[in-house]
Amino acid sequence: MPVESTTPARPDAPRLVRAPDPGEEPASGELFEVCDLSVYYGSFRAVRDVNLRIPERCITAFIGPSGCGKTTILRCFNRMNDLVETARVEGRILYHGVDLYDPAVNPVEVRRRIGMVFQKPNPFPKSIYDNVAYGPKVAGLKGDMDEMVERSLRRAALWEEVKDRLKASAMGLSGGQQQRLCIARALAVDPEVVLMDEPCSALDPIATGRIEDLMEEIKTSYTIIIVTHNMQQAARVSDQCAFFTTEVNETSDTRTGILVEFDGTEKMFSTPSDERTENYVTGRFG
Amino acid sequence: MAAVAPHPRTAELVRARLEQGKLDVAGTLFRWLLVGTLALSVGVLAVLLIDVVTGGWGVLSSRLVDFLTSADRTSAEEAGVFQGLRGTFWIGVFTVVLAFPVGIGAAIYLEEYAPRSRFTRIIDINIRNLAGVPSVVYGILGLAIFVKTLASLPDWLGGGPLTGGRTVMSGGIIIAILVLPIVIITSAEAIRAVPDSIREAGFGVGATRWEVVRSHVLPYALPGILTGTVLALARALGEAAPLILVGAVQGRLGGGPGSLVDLGQLQERFTAMPIMITNWSGEFAEGFQDELAPAAIVVLLVFVFLANGTAILLRNRYAKRR
Repeated sequence: MPVESTTPARPDAPRLVRAPDPGEEPASGELFEVCDLSVYYGSFRAVRDVNLRIPERCITAFIGPSGCGKTTILRCFNRMNDLVETARVEGRILYHGVDLYDPAVNPVEVRRRIGMVFQKPNPFPKSIYDNVAYGPKVAGLKGDMDEMVERSLRRAALWEEVKDRLKASAMGLSGGQQQRLCIARALAVDPEVVLMDEPCSALDPIATGRIEDLMEEIKTSYTIIIVTHNMQQAARVSDQCAFFTTEVNETSDTRTGILVEFDGTEKMFSTPSDERTENYVTGRFG
Repeated sequence: MAAVAPHPRTAELVRARLEQGKLDVAGTLFRWLLVGTLALSVGVLAVLLIDVVTGGWGVLSSRLVDFLTSADRTSAEEAGVFQGLRGTFWIGVFTVVLAFPVGIGAAIYLEEYAPRSRFTRIIDINIRNLAGVPSVVYGILGLAIFVKTLASLPDWLGGGPLTGGRTVMSGGIIIAILVLPIVIITSAEAIRAVPDSIREAGFGVGATRWEVVRSHVLPYALPGILTGTVLALARALGEAAPLILVGAVQGRLGGGPGSLVDLGQLQERFTAMPIMITNWSGEFAEGFQDELAPAAIVVLLVFVFLANGTAILLRNRYAKRR
């Protein structure tokens, strides 16, 4: 059953500046501001000196060769790196002007606002219903849970396929369905941001297409940051694009990720200002 | 594209190549060696079982209920295993009530909360070593702490009896401590086997660590934890050495017949199935060594199987829910 895309045609220019929504504080259009971010695993510096401004309600893609720290950076946005004991973060990530790494910030609250979809579909080994309902339950959200589950599954374009077997185990779904379930699960807590770490790398092209359509649809309500190895995917779905690469350290033989260029996707893929970006997007390297 | 018939000579050569080395001598030998080890293990077990069942069959078939409910007596026709069953039952209760929650709790802390430091590694290694300490050593510990020191409450707490000395309470506690390391190790391994992706999924939707442990890690690890606790319980029910040191006595002296669940007996002298089996095996009077002891062994085995069966049923129920 193909998903009919109701998304309006994408504007030609990347939407770096957006009109603020009525009732909200006059936003600069920037949701995140990353300042001099470096991430260490033990004494190894995985990424250094990243500076980025990520606007709201559009899709930002992180691209670059393996080991350049895309995923590491992504996992800083919802403090997922806290779970890696040796990981240490320097610099700041401002979210609505609040530093996510301020000691007073509760990482659990961060993750309720900034959801995540992982590389490998990882539904809980429970029923489809319970997978979606779990987030709202732990967040203490009140209201009609059945309706909330249906709404989330509809937004993830999975409802029609699973509405008759909500009590069945999520492990019986196909890979693509599982990943859409994970997206539904992330959307169920009504986050402002959805982080996606190579969400299609374990899926076939048809399932990938459905998830890309889905991203186009939900970006009107959510800010999406996606890490992808697939440059066509980045070109298809993203509004702006950050290219990372690695540099070899002179003293040790380790590699550290750096941000090379960050710009509108069209520009990144047509007339990038850095030669390394051009080499990468034209397939001459990586 | 037309199919090309292979040259007959080619087919012959290929056939010769493909058919060589069909007889794998080393592989076949190895396979039968493995079959032999399995047969040996099963065979020994079968001989043991047949031996005790045939030995005890007379008693079990003629007076099973009487044998289970009677106290130990000097006459082989009247003696039963009631006190032993009662002692072993209570030791099982102490293991389930003390060793399981404490052990599983310690395992959860070690795996889910404790930082991976040198300190936790030392604790981990020590727990593994504790699991290998001979059980007699635990008996000495029990004698010193639970029989002597904690026999009664200190004066400033009123001075009433606590363990009461050489009682089933002392024995039960020391057996629970004996199997505690096994419970910790097996539970920790079950928890470690829970994939990180499940934890990440939980944290990713904004669950706290406690919520992730309760709703995702523990349900996933539960079948493994139950397997470990089954082993621990079987070990607990079969231990004799520490009980001898904390003063388990011959059945004839081990309290009155009484009821199985009367809590007052926790502070009385006790015996247990392994102790009764040991004692009867050394008894020279007619009927004890060759009939009563095997019958008691069968009863203990059935008791252990029942306990294990319950845990396996529980495990399968949880494993299915996954």
